[in-house]
Amino acid sequence: MIASLPPGLLLIGGALAVPFLRGWLRWAWMLALPVVGFVDLIGLEHGAHVTVALFDYELQPVRVDRLSLAFGYIFYIAAFLGILYAVTINRTAEQVAALIYMGSAVGALFAGDLITLFVYWEVTAVASAFVVWAGNTERSYRAGMRYLAVQVVSGVLLLSGALVQIAETGSVAFAQSGLQSLAGLLIFLAFGIKCAFPFLHNWLQDAYPEASPTGTVFLSAFTTKLAVYGLARGFAGEDILIWIGALMTAFPIFYAVIENDLRRVLAYSLNNQLGFMVVGIGIGTELSLNGTVAHAFTHILYKSLLFMSMGAVLYRVGTVKGSELGGLYKSMPWTAAFCIVGAASISAFPLFSGFVSKSLIMSATAGEGLLFIWFVLLFASAGVFHHSGIKIPYFAFFAHDSGKRCKEAPLPMLLAMGATAFLCIGIGVWSEPLYALLPYPVDYVPYTTAHVVTQLQLLLFSALAFAVLMRTGLYPPELRSVNLDIDWIYRRGLPAAGRAMARAPAGLRDALAAAGVRTAFGFLNRLVRLAGPESALARTWQTAGMVGLILIVMAVYLVLALV
Amino acid sequence: MTGNASEKQNPPERRYWLDERRNVDRIYWALLVVCAGLFAADLFYDKHAKFAVEEWFGFYGLYGFIACVFLVLVAKQLRKLLIRPEDYYDR
Repeated sequence: MIASLPPGLLLIGGALAVPFLRGWLRWAWMLALPVVGFVDLIGLEHGAHVTVALFDYELQPVRVDRLSLAFGYIFYIAAFLGILYAVTINRTAEQVAALIYMGSAVGALFAGDLITLFVYWEVTAVASAFVVWAGNTERSYRAGMRYLAVQVVSGVLLLSGALVQIAETGSVAFAQSGLQSLAGLLIFLAFGIKCAFPFLHNWLQDAYPEASPTGTVFLSAFTTKLAVYGLARGFAGEDILIWIGALMTAFPIFYAVIENDLRRVLAYSLNNQLGFMVVGIGIGTELSLNGTVAHAFTHILYKSLLFMSMGAVLYRVGTVKGSELGGLYKSMPWTAAFCIVGAASISAFPLFSGFVSKSLIMSATAGEGLLFIWFVLLFASAGVFHHSGIKIPYFAFFAHDSGKRCKEAPLPMLLAMGATAFLCIGIGVWSEPLYALLPYPVDYVPYTTAHVVTQLQLLLFSALAFAVLMRTGLYPPELRSVNLDIDWIYRRGLPAAGRAMARAPAGLRDALAAAGVRTAFGFLNRLVRLAGPESALARTWQTAGMVGLILIVMAVYLVLALV
Repeated sequence: MTGNASEKQNPPERRYWLDERRNVDRIYWALLVVCAGLFAADLFYDKHAKFAVEEWFGFYGLYGFIACVFLVLVAKQLRKLLIRPEDYYDR
């Protein structure tokens, strides 16, 4: 009966009923939706389910295979846990937006063609912006605007890529596209923005920490992992992803060390974890792709758990600034314990979930003989323990006692954190069920003596480094501050340049504008020459190119209007 | 947003184990001992190394320690460059 309904629509449709339900009935309804969705996935047969003709093209709104299923399961689990966590706070707008957001993210996983993917992609963008806005502060409103602008650009790029691909090949299918074609390049960029590639990353650290305590938990699970899924399907084995991923693992952690807002620290470490997944996609072997999917799966759980624990602190204390907190283990012992489980999992301690998933990617990297990349990933692994594993629990719950006393987190939050923590440990102890879900057959044993001992050496010596730096006073203290990041360019740099432009003498202004236009055209010319083949397809190419260009111009205009 | 942060002071506050400076020191020394043990553990198993560096005695521990010190010291310098007042973007 439900089998005819595309996955995800259940949540989207269910969201519409939420405003009309009250009290426990609403919570029962919302909690039931992901459960029914999950059960529905178990029964799905592989292959294309539904095809719809649109003009000359065959759309494929539902296509099922092991890759989309693995992501689908964890998306539904995350949806359930997120809703359970949010039972405490009754914000209708956030609930509706979150359900539509999660439903469209699930839908996108099963989209077999680029048009369907684009539609879901845009719905996730708009709905998740509403989740940010539900933070209900001036800051969250502005951050949500910036966030939406970036997400829409990603959507426009995806649509451009789809149109170019249709013009080039006549196919709308979403499959392995590669970077040789213009279409592939555009789609790659669209995914890259949502995956928070270096220099395209800052929407994540900007917006996520401005949402409500519950909103951030929803946000952390879906958008970026949808992008990881897209990259795994479209660009597995593209070498450049290895380098992009390695850079992603390493550079956000420097920011994480000096960031004061602990939810923003988590956003930086989210970025770092995505890097491991991207490296796995770039390597493109069965082992590494399994590693990527496994790591996305475990990551969604432990990252949710960490955001939940910080959300509970924010809810009870009113702040998650490291400089204001400390000693909270006395007031919130359960929250502290769950936070430590999340921290141990993200750090990949043996017996916790991160260990059984990250090992796959590390082994794949070593197996391919990528020594330099392996060094970077090992550095990032030590670093992630340092800033997420230790810094988060230490500054929130231990460190010097801030004197703040509050109640333990409310029961629904504790239940959600407890269930998530249970899964984190469960997967770490018993990895076979997770391995059985992965896209390729798994022949891998995570628990060997060498693995366990070397990992413990890496982690405990990192802890020792933290302790030594703390006791010698070398560790930088938590300070009330913000740190400049890429968002400075569009929040301060460009507006300042615009104002300077407006003040400049007219002659200079015209000359600069002319030079700007010339440079832009020169660049486009080069691009067209680079991308345009000399074949008979050249005509179609140009039409497609024009469509793409117009869309890009529109996107730039949109961003300028919104920011 | 603030939930119900109760500011009620419970009259005589309980002393926790971690409130004793001595006990924090104990944890520190315990960590040192565990690390020394793990370092020595390299004598007793085969690493199945893919890379030659892995075979170096205590490689993982040393790498982790140096990586973290490097990370923190570089981040500290980076902060001098990047830090702004908390209301920088609100002005």
